[in-house]
Amino acid sequence: MSGDAAPPRDTPLVLVGREGRRRVVVAADGAARRVGLHVGMAATKAQALVKELVIIEAEPQADHAALERLAVWALRYSPIAAADPPDGLVIDALGASHLFGGEAAMLGDMLERLSAANIAAQAAVADTWGAAHALSRFAKKQTFIAQPHDTHDILPLPIGSLRLDPAVVATLRRLGFESVGDLAKTPRAPLTLRFGPELLRRLDQALGALSEPIEPIRPAEIAEVQQVFGEPIGAPETIARYIGKLVASLCDLLETKGQGARRLDLLFYRVDNRVEVIRAGTSQPVRDVKRLTRLLCDKVESIDPGFGIERMRLAATLTEPLKPLQVRCSLIDNPEPDVSDLVDTLTNRVGERRLYRFAPVASDVPERSVTRIAPMMPDNGESWPSHWPRPSRLLLKPEPVDTVALLPDHPPVTFTWRGIRHRVKRADGPERVFGEWWKRDAELSTVRDYFQVENEAGERFWLFRAGDGEDAATGSQAWFIHGIFG
Amino acid sequence: MTVVEQLRERIARIEGARGRERRVLPFGVAPLDSVLPGGGLALGALHEVAGGGNGAVDGAAAALFAAGIAARTFGKVLWCVTRQDLFAPAMAQAGLKPGRVIYVEAGDDKALLACFEEGLRHGGLGAVVAEVARLSMPSSRRLQLSAESSGTIGIALRRWRRQTDAVDFGQPTAAVTRWRVTVLPSSPLPVPGVGRARWQIELIRCRAGESADFELDACDAKGHLALPSDLVNGPGQTDVRRRRASA
Repeated sequence: MSGDAAPPRDTPLVLVGREGRRRVVVAADGAARRVGLHVGMAATKAQALVKELVIIEAEPQADHAALERLAVWALRYSPIAAADPPDGLVIDALGASHLFGGEAAMLGDMLERLSAANIAAQAAVADTWGAAHALSRFAKKQTFIAQPHDTHDILPLPIGSLRLDPAVVATLRRLGFESVGDLAKTPRAPLTLRFGPELLRRLDQALGALSEPIEPIRPAEIAEVQQVFGEPIGAPETIARYIGKLVASLCDLLETKGQGARRLDLLFYRVDNRVEVIRAGTSQPVRDVKRLTRLLCDKVESIDPGFGIERMRLAATLTEPLKPLQVRCSLIDNPEPDVSDLVDTLTNRVGERRLYRFAPVASDVPERSVTRIAPMMPDNGESWPSHWPRPSRLLLKPEPVDTVALLPDHPPVTFTWRGIRHRVKRADGPERVFGEWWKRDAELSTVRDYFQVENEAGERFWLFRAGDGEDAATGSQAWFIHGIFG
Repeated sequence: MTVVEQLRERIARIEGARGRERRVLPFGVAPLDSVLPGGGLALGALHEVAGGGNGAVDGAAAALFAAGIAARTFGKVLWCVTRQDLFAPAMAQAGLKPGRVIYVEAGDDKALLACFEEGLRHGGLGAVVAEVARLSMPSSRRLQLSAESSGTIGIALRRWRRQTDAVDFGQPTAAVTRWRVTVLPSSPLPVPGVGRARWQIELIRCRAGESADFELDACDAKGHLALPSDLVNGPGQTDVRRRRASA
């Protein structure tokens, strides 16, 4: 149910499923939990307790399918993403988070996009799948980033976080085990004898003593090709050769679909059941074998083949229609050479956010007049108004300077910046910039008066006074330096 | 054929510019172009620019000088930095429109030089500018060779964290020319105010040419330098030519 059909948000809602012969509550929303309903309660009891309760039949199959769809969405963050049923996603972010500006920024972006789709979520980053699973569900924060190579974060968590059978958890609790730490410091042999190997396997997976490969989701409709090797390969030259072959067959496949690749994921399955990944993105849809091969081969060094690679899988996880284009006649004008392949190469090397163009924004406040856009965005020829000179270097933050200046509207006579006193010989200004009250209420009356000043040596600086020199409401009347002219 | 011409031909053969005509980008300022071999800044070569005085740290004038050169080339411009503090409106005022410049923020000097080289090798760019502190002989030679192979002009904008590091500028590199741009008091105006910026431009090193220094007006909106208006017809013009750089 969604849109108008959905019940109001503050009405308690539960999902009801079958457990043996009983109808029980399998999920309850926030409103339902507040009125005292909980998972595992008999459906009839819940109905009797709350009058206007909305009861919906649980559909585990449909939930699972929806989770798989969400896992396909999560491929945007890393090539290795999979559903972690019943209610989670698992993403191997190793080597992928820097493209989003770090782990914290990646989680923030993730949660923001999910909440825009009306999905409440919690996220955690940890060394292992097990630890991340536990922390995302049991940490008391919406995002949690565990220290690398450190298991202290998960030791205090309840044993229910270990992905164990509920019956085992119940027995353990009866025996007095509360936290993961209790379990970790208990001798292993008796535990295995009593509960079987599964318990310690889960514990080791969470603590990182046992590896746990993530089998990434494979959407049915994406173009992918794979190569299985009878004898494991490991030499970079061999890998590069097979990359070329895979790219060629992938491009054939894309051609039949009329698509071009925007993002390629190349997965290497090692003999020890670990997966190594290369991801390459392009700024425009591409179907050029040579160019794509080069993008992927650029990163071969980052692959650790271990004892050998037994399977390689290349998938175009993001594609866009690629239509033949008519080439413009060179008789009329000399077109600007295409640099999209260079942009792709550099983007894959330094990260997507590190490559950009500046574009004008209609704002008088200098630091807001510039925005970063993707390097291959079409150029609309816009520029900034050029009637006032602008400094070639803008300080990241305006720095306070000590000045001697006549109020209200004279430039300073001298100013001291970073311990050096400059005597002003010439000056231009003021250029008055008003606060943008439509962005922040606090800027309703603020004013900055910008001056271009030149010292005896000819060095030119961009100073401003916070305030108009008369009215205290417009600013502190302190002076700042904001840029250096060339 | 005179002996000098024969020698020149032989040197050109040794330098490896076989059969290919050397293309240049003239500044459009006669005294400047006349000292440069070929009558302009060589395309397909590496050039070094640094600021003088405090400009060695902020690189403000040097950036505009490089922007003016890049503005007069054809095609996109790649500008590599390690930390971004350029103010794009000023670049536009030096003739480099925002639609033409692609910025790369490389993490460190090593990544920056790799991006610089990649840009030079590509061949579709008009110019590649990189703000780099340390430039060793081997890496500058690599850059020079990549620039030669594609014909793209490469500008290493030398910029240091501390004033004392600027002595590094004396170290030999494979760059074809080496420039130092220092700000001078702006052109005088009849009214109070700041006039057009003026630079002392020193050509410290120039392969197959002599060093010289000039006092010129900063880049206009098309990226052109200009002779100071009070010198165009005056006696100062010859003085400017006669002075030689000592660095």
